[in-house]
Amino acid sequence: MFEFFRKLFSGNGEEAPNERAITAPLSDQQIQSIVYNQNVQFETQQLIAAIGQSVGKQREHNEDSLVAITATLAGKASNIPFGLYIVADGMGGHQFGEVASNAAIRVVSGYIMRKFHPYLFTIPTQQPEESLQEIMESAIKESHRVIQKDAPGSGTTITAALIVGQQVTIGHVGDSRAYAMHPVGRLEQLTRDHSLVKRLEELGHLNKEEAANFPHRNVLIRALGQGESLEVDVFTIPFPQNSTLMLCSDGLWGVVAEQDLLRSLSDAPNLQRACQNMVSAANTAGGPDNISVILVQMIG
Amino acid sequence: MYRARDLHFPNVTKLVAVKEMINMAPDPLVRQTIVQNFEREANLLATLNHPAIPRIYDYFSEDDRSYLVLEFVHGKDLEAIISDTNGFLPEEQVLSWGIQLCDVLSFLHGHKPDPIIFRDMKPSNIMINSNGDVVLVDFGIAKTFQSGQKGTMIGTEGYSPPEQYRGEATPLADIYSLGATLHHALTRRDPRLEPPFSFAERPLRKINSRISPELEAVVSTALQYNPSERFAGATEMKDALMGVARKTGALSKIATTSIAPAGGIKPIWTFKCEDEVRGTPLLHQGVLYIGCYDNNLYAISAADGKFQWKYATEGGIVSRPAFYEGNVYFGSEDRRLHSISARTGNVVWTYFADGRIHSSPRIADGHIFIGSDDQSLHAVNLNTGRRIWKFDADDQIRSTPFIANELIYFGSESGAFYALDFRGTMKWRFQAKRSITSSPIAAGQSIFFASVDSTLYCLDARNGWAIWRYRLGKGSVSSPALSEDYVFVGAADGFIYCVESHTGKEVWRFRTEHQVTSSPVVYKDSVYCGSVDGNLYCLEYRTGRQRWKFETKAAIIGSPIVFDDIVYIGSTDHQVYALLA
Repeated sequence: MFEFFRKLFSGNGEEAPNERAITAPLSDQQIQSIVYNQNVQFETQQLIAAIGQSVGKQREHNEDSLVAITATLAGKASNIPFGLYIVADGMGGHQFGEVASNAAIRVVSGYIMRKFHPYLFTIPTQQPEESLQEIMESAIKESHRVIQKDAPGSGTTITAALIVGQQVTIGHVGDSRAYAMHPVGRLEQLTRDHSLVKRLEELGHLNKEEAANFPHRNVLIRALGQGESLEVDVFTIPFPQNSTLMLCSDGLWGVVAEQDLLRSLSDAPNLQRACQNMVSAANTAGGPDNISVILVQMIG
Repeated sequence: MYRARDLHFPNVTKLVAVKEMINMAPDPLVRQTIVQNFEREANLLATLNHPAIPRIYDYFSEDDRSYLVLEFVHGKDLEAIISDTNGFLPEEQVLSWGIQLCDVLSFLHGHKPDPIIFRDMKPSNIMINSNGDVVLVDFGIAKTFQSGQKGTMIGTEGYSPPEQYRGEATPLADIYSLGATLHHALTRRDPRLEPPFSFAERPLRKINSRISPELEAVVSTALQYNPSERFAGATEMKDALMGVARKTGALSKIATTSIAPAGGIKPIWTFKCEDEVRGTPLLHQGVLYIGCYDNNLYAISAADGKFQWKYATEGGIVSRPAFYEGNVYFGSEDRRLHSISARTGNVVWTYFADGRIHSSPRIADGHIFIGSDDQSLHAVNLNTGRRIWKFDADDQIRSTPFIANELIYFGSESGAFYALDFRGTMKWRFQAKRSITSSPIAAGQSIFFASVDSTLYCLDARNGWAIWRYRLGKGSVSSPALSEDYVFVGAADGFIYCVESHTGKEVWRFRTEHQVTSSPVVYKDSVYCGSVDGNLYCLEYRTGRQRWKFETKAAIIGSPIVFDDIVYIGSTDHQVYALLA
């Protein structure tokens, strides 16, 4: 008994030798990699991003569209990160699903990039008139009008992230998602699905389990191109610190478990491979739908 | 029920309600049980402290009669309101009552050690007082809930859920009855005259098509036959109702319609100066420091309003004092920044600017930062009163600097907004369309301020990009306050606004009778703000509902401070007031 306590509180008595410690000399390669990893320093903050896409295993067309633009803005005091990342998922049951998602991407990114053109490519002479949230909302509403005109009857989701400096402004309609993937192994959903199943869950008609087995999981209650008026969710948050921003369509989040998404990221040597891992995981699970994913990190 | 007058207070008319119960049971054991039930109600009520539950003053039994002395609620019960109204009650009105009823239900259900089930939620048990707020009456059968216990069937048919007839009472039963009450109020169809549990056959919008589909969905969820399909609790139902209110814009209408008459709020003390008080006080270690347009800075004991000392300058003082290591710092219209001993009121040093000072000092890093009408931001050494540097803006600086992220933020009368580092070098600049007198406040990576161009701005604190703009009815010189996810600000259109900080979307607005130049202050779950209409308002910060207002004799231009449950406010009626928060 006394021995047991002594072991427990060995810190107070003589040092118990730590049998697990491995003291074998490290190889040069190991030392180099440790030194290399400790010296990762970037003077200014910058974005890195990667994308992954697949038509999946069961569809013939790709109705998903995405865009990823990474740059820096020349500021007065320093250069600041600029990024525009969008995922759109055209509606399968409708004609021209790909036309709709494509139009959404083109119109929204075109609108936003035109607003930022002076700051990216010329010397800005005056402050932007509109706020980032206003630019995002107008861009999405503009694409809503274009889709209704050019591809009537079709619809699409859109989840767009505009990064200026250290904050992300997110515009969102439908059931594509934005997540913050935290290093501790936690996936935080930043957007709220505009789907029937989510609505019923919010109203208390379905519990988590019933929601998971709900037959009409892919029915949307809000979509770009559908309905007369469109309400867009727009909000701004600090870029999730030491975390990865993920945008994806339901071909990924609806098929691959959260733990597997997190593992795809943590096991990969870089973001590009993480995207490929996620796409393969969705295809391995049957690939029932088109798959799109964008991963973004802020380093420095 | 009697309306009575309390004779303990001969000099004031204090109305109380007396509930009388005559005990006619012949069996002594039954009689005793009845008295016990009565006393249980009294004891239960006495422990509950909530604005929607009447206060209990006394109870007693005499012979075969028992009496309960309660707070008298001026007003009318909801059943009478429904039957006296021609046509339907407005949705936003019922919504507002629904939200308040959810509040009081969450309070009761959250009661420790055991939740209290009201069990008899119905229009005739809900009083609407003269402020337009709900008060629950008749707690005769409110019952502390013991898990698993089967009770006897009490409750009012028509409003009671199916499981109550099986003798079960849970918080979810109250949710159902609340749903039934809202259904009655919105449709005017008395559920007692309808087949039981037939609400599903009478959807709200079929009877009253002007009701929003969102509200219909909430009421229908509350009225689900199966308890597990209702809201999980009153808080969840309140959130859903708030969601409806936000969506339909009802919340702003609710806030504007609930103006209440000035209540019987009595100041703890008042202090009279010789001219208008336009500034905001500072409270430090039991002493209130406040500037006045009689050119004096006053030190007043916060506990009793007793004069301690005054210090004379040669100009009006609107600048809010700052405290640092035994000294008080403030600016005056005599163009000087004054440093005086907090204990004695004697001068330590003065610093001359080239213009009048309306800005307030901000202390950081051994420096004081303050703006002046000489168009400069001055950085002054705390100990010596010597200038370290000054930054020349392009117009007068009346905004008070804010310091965060190692940057100094302030606006100017030209509409420029600046971010400087501690060396006085500009890091970025933003241009509003008109002057920025409002003082900025930062939270996380965002900075908020209002402008006379009728906009509340949210900028990225690091680079000055506009994140959102919220349109006010008129210009504003009020400085925003922050709490959780909300930003509060006043404007010249007479409204106090509450806006969500991540989205720039309005949560509520509250109408006062005149311009709001005062800056709101958040304390606990209330927001306090003055108005040029002379009132200091206390509002519930999540809903904008008025808790009380206090009327001074002239416009309130300065801002309140709250400390230890006491609000301090100066008014242009020359007085400083201390009020119970």
